[in-house]
Parts: sequence; C-alpha cells; structure tokens
Amino acid sequence: MHLTVGLAQIYPKIGDVQANLRAHLQQIEAAKAHGAQLLLFPELSLSGYNLQDLVYEVALQPTADDPIFRQLLEASGDYDMDLMVGFVDTDQRARYFIAAAYLSGGRVLHVHHKVYLPTYTLFDEGRYFAWGDSVRAFDTRFGRFGMLICEDFWHASPPYLLWIDRADVFLFHSASPGRGLDASERLGSARWVQLVNQAYGSLFTSYVLHCNRVGYEDGLNFWGGSTIVDPDGEIICAAPMHEPALCIHSLDLNQIRRTRTRLPLLRDERTGLTARELARILDQSPDRTFSGR
Amino acid sequence: MVTTLVQPQSRVDIDALLQINTDLAAKIIVGFIQDAIAKAGYSRAVIGLSGGIDSALVAFLAARALGAENVLAVRMPYRTSSADSLSDAQAVIDQLGLPALTIEITPMVQPLIDLFPDMDGVRKGNIMARQRMIVLYDQSAAWRGLVIGTSNKTEVLLGYSTLFGDSAAALQPIEDLYKTQVRQLARALGVPQSILAKPPSADLWIGQTDEGELGYTYAEVDRLLYLLVDARYTVDEAVEQGFERAFVEGVWRRVRQNHFKRTMPNVAKLSRRSIGHDFLYLRDWSG
Repeated sequence: MHLTVGLAQIYPKIGDVQANLRAHLQQIEAAKAHGAQLLLFPELSLSGYNLQDLVYEVALQPTADDPIFRQLLEASGDYDMDLMVGFVDTDQRARYFIAAAYLSGGRVLHVHHKVYLPTYTLFDEGRYFAWGDSVRAFDTRFGRFGMLICEDFWHASPPYLLWIDRADVFLFHSASPGRGLDASERLGSARWVQLVNQAYGSLFTSYVLHCNRVGYEDGLNFWGGSTIVDPDGEIICAAPMHEPALCIHSLDLNQIRRTRTRLPLLRDERTGLTARELARILDQSPDRTFSGR
Repeated sequence: MVTTLVQPQSRVDIDALLQINTDLAAKIIVGFIQDAIAKAGYSRAVIGLSGGIDSALVAFLAARALGAENVLAVRMPYRTSSADSLSDAQAVIDQLGLPALTIEITPMVQPLIDLFPDMDGVRKGNIMARQRMIVLYDQSAAWRGLVIGTSNKTEVLLGYSTLFGDSAAALQPIEDLYKTQVRQLARALGVPQSILAKPPSADLWIGQTDEGELGYTYAEVDRLLYLLVDARYTVDEAVEQGFERAFVEGVWRRVRQNHFKRTMPNVAKLSRRSIGHDFLYLRDWSG
C-alpha cells in the first residue's frame, strides 16, 4: 500500500490566523495537484510560534463551529486529503494548549496536546500553556498513526509510548529555532533533530515524518529541513533548509512489514519488563529525582 | 595486533569551536535583514560606515539582502578621524556601489566639547558616537530606511560601546558573532583587504585602538568569552583551560558591570500589568 504525503514547510505569520488559514488552503490546493493524501503543517501553523500575550487572542476550538476549523474540515473533505495542523487549543476553563489536530473527511479524528513544554534558555512555553496529559495513537484510513509536537520527541518516552500503542507512522511537527552555528553546514539544532528522527525510525522500524517551519520571529530563525525517515532509519525525503517548501513523497507502507521481518524489534519488545522495572525504579528512587508528573 | 586508543584529558580546542560556516551564517543573516526590513514596512536601510570591519561586513550583508541601491552608507568623520577610515569606507562604497553621504560631525559636536575644557576622551567619544546616531536616525527619516546596527558580540559583552550611540539601531545582524567570527565572515564575503588587515579602532581619538584600550586582543578574549558565555564554563573551569585567573575574573566582572547596556531601563512596577514586566509581545508584533 502506498500513501502520498506532503510536508508544507511554511512561514506562519505571528498572531494572524486569517492569513495563516489562507496559506494552509493554498498549500492544500498545491498538494492536491501532486496527489497528496495526507498533508502536514508545522507546530502552531495557524498562529505563529512565540506568541507571548497573543496566546489568548489566537486560541481556537477544533470543531466545525469554529470558523477557522470549519474551512479546514471542509477542505479535508472536498480535497479528500487528511491534514495535520498546529494551533492554540483552549478549553472552557481558560486553559491553553499547544495542539496538533488530525482532520480527515470533514472530521477531527484526534487532537494531541503538547506534553513537554520547553521552559529554558530561549523557550518560555510553560509560562503561557498548560501541559498536555496523554500520548495516544489513533486509527486513520491509512493505518494507525501518532502525533507529537517538537519538544515531545526531544524526550524518548512519547515516541516509545506511541509505538507500544500500535502507531506505525509517526507524525512530528515543530517550530524549531535555529541555534548552534559552528563550522558545520547545518546548525546544531538541525543536526540534533535529524539525528533523533533517524534514531526513532531505526529503533521503532516505523516511518517518521517531521514538518518544521521556516521564517523569522524577532531574531529567531526557523530552519525548516523537514524530513521523512523510513523504517530502516534512512532519510528518504529532505526539504531545503531555511526556505519555504512543499515536499510530496510516496511512502511504501509495506516497507514496515519487510523491515520488521528482517529486524523484529517490535515483536521482541518486553513491555512487561519495562513496566515492572520502571515502576520499581520510580518507587525506589531515593532522591525522588522524578516527580511523577 | 592490538590497537590501543588513548585520549588523554586535554584542553578544549576553542579556536575550532569559534569557526563558523560562513555560507550558513550569511544565509541566515541575509534572510534576517530582508525579513526585519520588510516586516517594518520598509525596503531600505541606513548604515554608518566607519571604515572598520564591522560596518563593512554589515554593508556587504545588507547590500546582498536589499540590493546595493537600497543601502545608504553614511560616513561621519570628526576632525581627528584618520584618513584611512574615510578611504577604507570609500572602498566599500565603491566595491558595492552604495549610495553614500559624507557628513562631517565636527561642527555639530565641537560647541559642546568646547564648553568643557577639561573634558576627557571618553566623554568626547560618547558625544561623537551619539551625534552619529542623530545623523543616522535623521537619514532614516529622510531616506525612508531603517538604521542597521553594526555591534558584535565581543564589544556588547564587554560593554565597549556607547549607550544610545553606536548601540542604537533597529536591528542587529552581527551581534551574535564574536569579533573573531566577524573576521571570518568578512573575509568570506570579500571585504577589502585593507579593512581586514588593520587593527580595530573606534577612531574617536588619534592612535586609539580597541585592543590597546581593552588591554587584550580580540583573539584572546573571544576564546575566553566563548567558554564563559556560549559553553557555560565557570570561572574556575575557564582557569583550568589555561587562562590566567586575573584575566578571567576581570573579563567576567566587566561583562557583569556592563549588563545595564544590554537591557532596557528598569520600570518601577506599580500596576497589575506593566510595560517591561508582563506586557509581553514580540517586537515583530508592530510589523
């Protein structure tokens, strides 16, 4: 089975949801011309990244009642294209989340709330956002997928949980600021993200799609470089660095079976052992290093 | 045959860590300039061209970003400024094909300087730097272009600049590059050899050089600042890397004492939501 996917490496405009919606619809139309069945957008693609006090103005609710989401849902039906979009989600109790929504056939199939909010060095997400509290895979018409947002996959445990929750295709998106200029052709942050994505493809014998944004917010640059990693850990599609791009690629989903036959890491994964030992370690942790949050 | 690999504990190769990929740096900075100017609703820029390496590099980057015809180079000599400063700035103007102005600041600053016969060189230098800021911001309005700053990371960390003088700008393209890295990028972009070769100087008085005033070379202090700032070494860890303790402590004290130049003035908080404390939007919000 083949799945044609697209990575829309766009430059979202800070705080301007209407302009970003128009950019989404343009990308959907362009991707459709190339046969895309699934299109990924970057983290906070509808709002821009470093929102600060704009968080409260750009929040949406991922339902057909929301005028922005209604148009995206219609597009997913009209174009027969599944979508992963990034936005600020809010609930009825004034809690705000960095969120990713998966839309298919006019419906919202799944919403993921970012579970790791970087609040260090240049990042201040914990100041504005509530922490997501679940990591769940979900069924789509193309198979079982899992979504994570940027810092979520800087930690090893969320991808692992998705894998055990039967996800075979990982949909990651980011608004990753470029940093770590040295003699290399790529920034340190770009090297790191590509390294871990190749590691996840290899360790989980799964497809890993990563869509990162481009552009600038104040002095920050976003490096793009979106990639697709195959179940053998190889990069099979790489978008340019620092430039807007729409990358379309056909995935051979049968490669997952072939790789896992050669390398049955999933079959042999000892989840019971992991659960027992993790429970023991947390229970006995002498200095309570882990908060259990 | 057994191969034994032994890697003795050695000093960090800081010179290697200070190397930058100049193509990547230029690409990011050129994009930054284009983005910042366009977001503000402008297409042009104004740069004070001193004849030194920092402003020459920024002129090269701005010309690449905006087109040479959109970058106004302003030379602002004082009567004691060296002739080389003017001719080196002219070489940049000629090489890039920049529109240019030369505005002598002596008649603007001299009346103030003459009021205080015992005025020292630092006060005079600050007056000149601030007068140049006034000229640049006036040209910003006249030419419809944003003032692009030319500060580098070394001088900003050391506070070797004039507050509201050379530090005043709408954007700072090279402020995250140490002087050592500015040299690499300037060489790669084709800044004239005479500028690359001469000792850095604020040229505020005859014979002044940065390194003479600071008491150490940029090459030396950049290696130390890289460890203390970028690599987060403690003073003790920096000493272990072979730097003299007095040098490390002196530089770090200077970084701390000049921090006020790198921050906005403190605002006395009174209300529930205050500018400078919890009224938080990006600068890009205005664009």
